Amino acid sequence: MPKLQSAAELEKFRAEILAKRDPAKPCIAVCAGAACDGMDSAAVAAAFVAEADKLAAKLGDKIEIRTTGCHGYCEKGPNVVVTPGDICYFEVQPADVTEIITATLKGEVVERLVYQDPKSGAKAVHMNEVPFYKHQTRLLIGDNPKIDPMRIDDYLAVGGYSALVKALTTMTPDQVLDEVKKANLRGRGGGGFPAGSKWETTKNAPEKTKYVIVNGHEGESAAFMDRAMLTGNPHKILEGLIIGAYAIGAQKGFMYTRHDMPRLEKHVRAALAQAKEYGLLGTNILGSGFDFECELHFDVGIFVSGESSALMRSIEGNAPEPRPKYIRTSVSGIWDKPSNLNNVETWANVPQIINNGADWFTSIGSEKSKGTKLISLSGNVVNSGIVEVPMGTPLRTLVFDIGGGVRDGKTLKAIHFGGAMGGSIPADLIDAPLDFDGMSKLGAPIGAGGLLLMDEDTDMIEVARYLMDFLVKESCGKCAPCREGMPQMLHILTNMTLGKGKPGDLERLEDIAEVTGAASLCALGKTSPDPLKSMFRYFKPEYEARIVNPAGGSGDTK
Amino acid sequence: MSGNNIDGIIEKYRGQPGSLIHALVEIQHENHWLPREVMHQVADALQVPFAQVIQIASFYKAFSLTPKGRHEVHVCTGMTCHLRGAAKLQAKVEEVTGLKDGETDAENRFTFETGACLGSCSIGPELIVDGKHYGRMTPEKVEAVLKQYE
Repeated sequence: MPKLQSAAELEKFRAEILAKRDPAKPCIAVCAGAACDGMDSAAVAAAFVAEADKLAAKLGDKIEIRTTGCHGYCEKGPNVVVTPGDICYFEVQPADVTEIITATLKGEVVERLVYQDPKSGAKAVHMNEVPFYKHQTRLLIGDNPKIDPMRIDDYLAVGGYSALVKALTTMTPDQVLDEVKKANLRGRGGGGFPAGSKWETTKNAPEKTKYVIVNGHEGESAAFMDRAMLTGNPHKILEGLIIGAYAIGAQKGFMYTRHDMPRLEKHVRAALAQAKEYGLLGTNILGSGFDFECELHFDVGIFVSGESSALMRSIEGNAPEPRPKYIRTSVSGIWDKPSNLNNVETWANVPQIINNGADWFTSIGSEKSKGTKLISLSGNVVNSGIVEVPMGTPLRTLVFDIGGGVRDGKTLKAIHFGGAMGGSIPADLIDAPLDFDGMSKLGAPIGAGGLLLMDEDTDMIEVARYLMDFLVKESCGKCAPCREGMPQMLHILTNMTLGKGKPGDLERLEDIAEVTGAASLCALGKTSPDPLKSMFRYFKPEYEARIVNPAGGSGDTK
Repeated sequence: MSGNNIDGIIEKYRGQPGSLIHALVEIQHENHWLPREVMHQVADALQVPFAQVIQIASFYKAFSLTPKGRHEVHVCTGMTCHLRGAAKLQAKVEEVTGLKDGETDAENRFTFETGACLGSCSIGPELIVDGKHYGRMTPEKVEAVLKQYE
């Protein structure tokens, strides 16, 4: 593949790709997302390929088999989607493969493998009829079933890199920045800080060398959407990053992600290599005169390295200890150069904002939180998986319409957002809208978007203990309030779960929580008491009862 | 140990102090642990103090300073797995292997570690052996799974 020298060449190449593809030719997309992979979707994909090859020998090339990233409905994996028609098959096994191919070629549907409502028995064949999907707005993750992440051509075929073309050929860096600012795109990693303002700070910082970073560390427990995006559609994030670098004036980018997912590494490496080969990375991108390189880095297994200043120390090759942020990393980050860091999902939003405009983007979502949000739905939920809904969607829609409610017919006790630094709210707040500010006020900030359901049997003291235990192990140990405060809270909580709670424990917990939150250096320590605070706000009677009757818990775990 | 590969990795990063973590990650993936003499070689080749190599190697959880077993057994202790019974699964794995979190047995058969979160929450609780995921695990199934690994 020769390097594409201009926007016109890219569009010509895209037209050639599309001309070669027949939309009527059936395509079977097998999900290879983390959960489906765990259910051995690789064997299913291999069976499809073998069967299609056998068929091709007899009838010619009639069908395409595509291995893709996460489709979303992880609970019912391995997932298979057949186009045209977006026919969804669930829990597909290698033994089902011949039947699916035969039916697909005849234009029929394998009824026994489609979605069936557990209560009414009603079937749903197409994606837009399946309850899990039909209440979603899948702007970011919707392309996943259409893309083999190892093939840049698949991304180009769905309009990929058209936003980059638009930005480089018709917009100045300032115009790109203005559009993102106008779109009021807020950071998806947890803080909800406006991405445009952050970009502007780095852009205006008085250094020539600037960096942009994709934070794909995703250490938050039970949040798995960033990995799904980065593994399933790496070019979308890369496109957003290149556009951001153009707006900011950065020459180099870093993708920082997890070391423990071989497939993610493979896909990102391939995406970077292909983008370079096509001339979308490197010098003089598409003849625009803009130069940009991107490197892959790994977290090497510690939660705190997702904190921005710690992450940057890690990229420099040092231990990931956070530093005080009286000077922001957007002014002084990697090697003391201005470094703009955004989360995977934030970058993934950039191409569509450039393509469709800020007005389009702000038409989706709630008053102060625009666009959609990816949510990892798990815990005691019927339908776990990755969900994308407009900001402002009531939690009830997420939990019941999409999630199908609580497993095993139990009652909902609490909804937990934001992992170990988030919070739990009781079931009666279920009509609250999914919104950065609203959820923060309730004490359960969205965080990166991990939503957990907890059923009636959940012991809230044990949940707080579990989360504190997680953070104690992940603290870097640099500052005393975090290093010493958290183990003390853990000690009290552990005693309480062991039936050894005593009067005064709750007061002491509140005391330590306040000091740890106020005096810690970085967000890990500062927000470590947040789950506990939310418990004291909503579930205090359960804590008080445990002091009165120390042995009253439902046991350490379920 | 695959000495040639390790030498190759070290050569690739010779004279690049900023690539210390890259080099150690690759050696860890290749060799599954970081022997002291290899860390000395890394320090010399990349021109970083040995103390810094040790700091990085001991700080990040992904690095192992002791040899690992032939098979790496993980139980995900992420929040969803926890809510779905990971603690019981962990107890069973500890009972079957006789190992606590982080330990390796005398025959070097298994190394047992917990970790969170591996991102396949929908199929938790999970047992992962040498990268192969066993989703929706129950304590009863642990023995049969581990038997396959000698």
